[in-house]
Amino acid sequence: MIKTTLTRILKSGWQSFWRNYWLSTATVAVMTLALMVVAGLSIFNVMTQEVVSILEGKVDVSVYFHNDAEEAKIIQVKEELQELDEVKSIEYISKEDALAQFQERHKDDPMILQSLQELDQNPLEASLNVKANFASQYESLANYLSQDRFQGIIDKINYKQNKEIISRLNRMTASIQKTGWGISLVLALLAVLVSFNTVRLTMFNWRDEISVMRLVGAGNWFIRGPFLVEGIIYGIVAGAITLILLFPILYILTPKVSSFLPGINLIEFYQANFLQYSVLIIGVGVIIGGVSSLIAVRRYLKA
Amino acid sequence: MIIYQNVSKIYDGCVALEGVNTEIKPQEFVSIAGPSGSGKSTFLKLLIGEEKPTKGKVFLDKQNVHLIKDKDLPKLRRKIGMVFQDFRLLSDRTAYENVAFAMEVGGSTNKEIEQDVPQLLELVGLGSKVNQFPHQLSGGEKQRVAIARALIHRPSVILADEPTGNLDLLNSWDIIRLLLKINELGTTIVLATHDREIINNLSRRVVTFDKGRIIRDEEKGRYIF
Repeated sequence: MIKTTLTRILKSGWQSFWRNYWLSTATVAVMTLALMVVAGLSIFNVMTQEVVSILEGKVDVSVYFHNDAEEAKIIQVKEELQELDEVKSIEYISKEDALAQFQERHKDDPMILQSLQELDQNPLEASLNVKANFASQYESLANYLSQDRFQGIIDKINYKQNKEIISRLNRMTASIQKTGWGISLVLALLAVLVSFNTVRLTMFNWRDEISVMRLVGAGNWFIRGPFLVEGIIYGIVAGAITLILLFPILYILTPKVSSFLPGINLIEFYQANFLQYSVLIIGVGVIIGGVSSLIAVRRYLKA
Repeated sequence: MIIYQNVSKIYDGCVALEGVNTEIKPQEFVSIAGPSGSGKSTFLKLLIGEEKPTKGKVFLDKQNVHLIKDKDLPKLRRKIGMVFQDFRLLSDRTAYENVAFAMEVGGSTNKEIEQDVPQLLELVGLGSKVNQFPHQLSGGEKQRVAIARALIHRPSVILADEPTGNLDLLNSWDIIRLLLKINELGTTIVLATHDREIINNLSRRVVTFDKGRIIRDEEKGRYIF
């Protein structure tokens, strides 16, 4: 009995979706747009996080040591720094490394190389390149290294020079993330409202049918069921279309985005997270479709 | 079988029915006459529990209709067949599916449906149009589908609210003859209409409403206004 009823409800919902294909197409189109917005926003948010972390990765603090500082002492400072929670990585560049890097950088400039040769000793200082976990932690790292006990060996810390850039980056990352989420929330809400309303309008079309069903003696679930099924089908179809459409869209966008944000590959990211996106998009679609049809039908069931 | 006891219905201060007392016996064919807005439709809506009376009681088979819980109303409605002026068919379903729907809601098996629906459509003369959608049928044919649907639960009573209101004379009489035939087979018929021709030619009981009151109740009555 329950199985027969369930089959009838499923069949009836599918039939209504299929037979009113114009209405269904319009509703699915609106829902697809809404789901696109949801998908786009979630990709945008992941992307900004990625951009922020790439930018953060580019910032570091370099600590330069006096020419007479012993290597052992420098290594000691390095090990001490490594103990700190804020420190993500440290790279030691010895005087020789620094010279090699300098020569490499200026290999096309014979003037500089020549003047370097005229010096009888290596003028470059050994340094430590310190990366923190977050941009906001450089200040405390710089303070740590400014302690008196390091004064003898440390020549300079370039944090002061980088300070402006670092604090600007700090502000920027915070505001990108904040506005990103703010905009996403508002747009997602709008998208949900629009598709909610579309489903309601579609169901509004059926108010007469609902009154007929009631008069013929259909119980509430027998009326509600097919509409719920129809709403869920809208969600699934719109979700599937969105997931498919994202491929060509991201395919076109990827080279453009990669050109000014190297290291970010949208389509690869989408492919790698396709399963999560399927669940998210179809899930959101099913919830919007199902809930809005239930709410819409409820109004006409009451009377 | 149907009893109205001192029934009044007031919509926002507007009186639709006032002090209605009447009884309809099993297997009767009763016409409810009166001009538009005289309370005919309200009279029928009270019986199927679509409206609740402001005062008084309505009984169907000794059961007070308005004491029935909302969730049990569908069962009551399956005991009553309804036919409307505007047919009220499900527009996206074929004639067959419209009739089958009424059986599905009652939990009939697929086998019962496959057996009964074609028989009934045959009975109302639509044997060849079972797979047509309502928009492919004429007014008279739509009303036949509606009657077939009303009959599917073998109801003890059929309420017909202006069933000929949208039909031409010829089709109107076809529908009335169909209702008479159903009545002969033992079903009570309550026919609300303001069609003078039909009432005068039926020579059955006529209850006449005006401004929400019963002003006349005659066996073999006529439409008088």
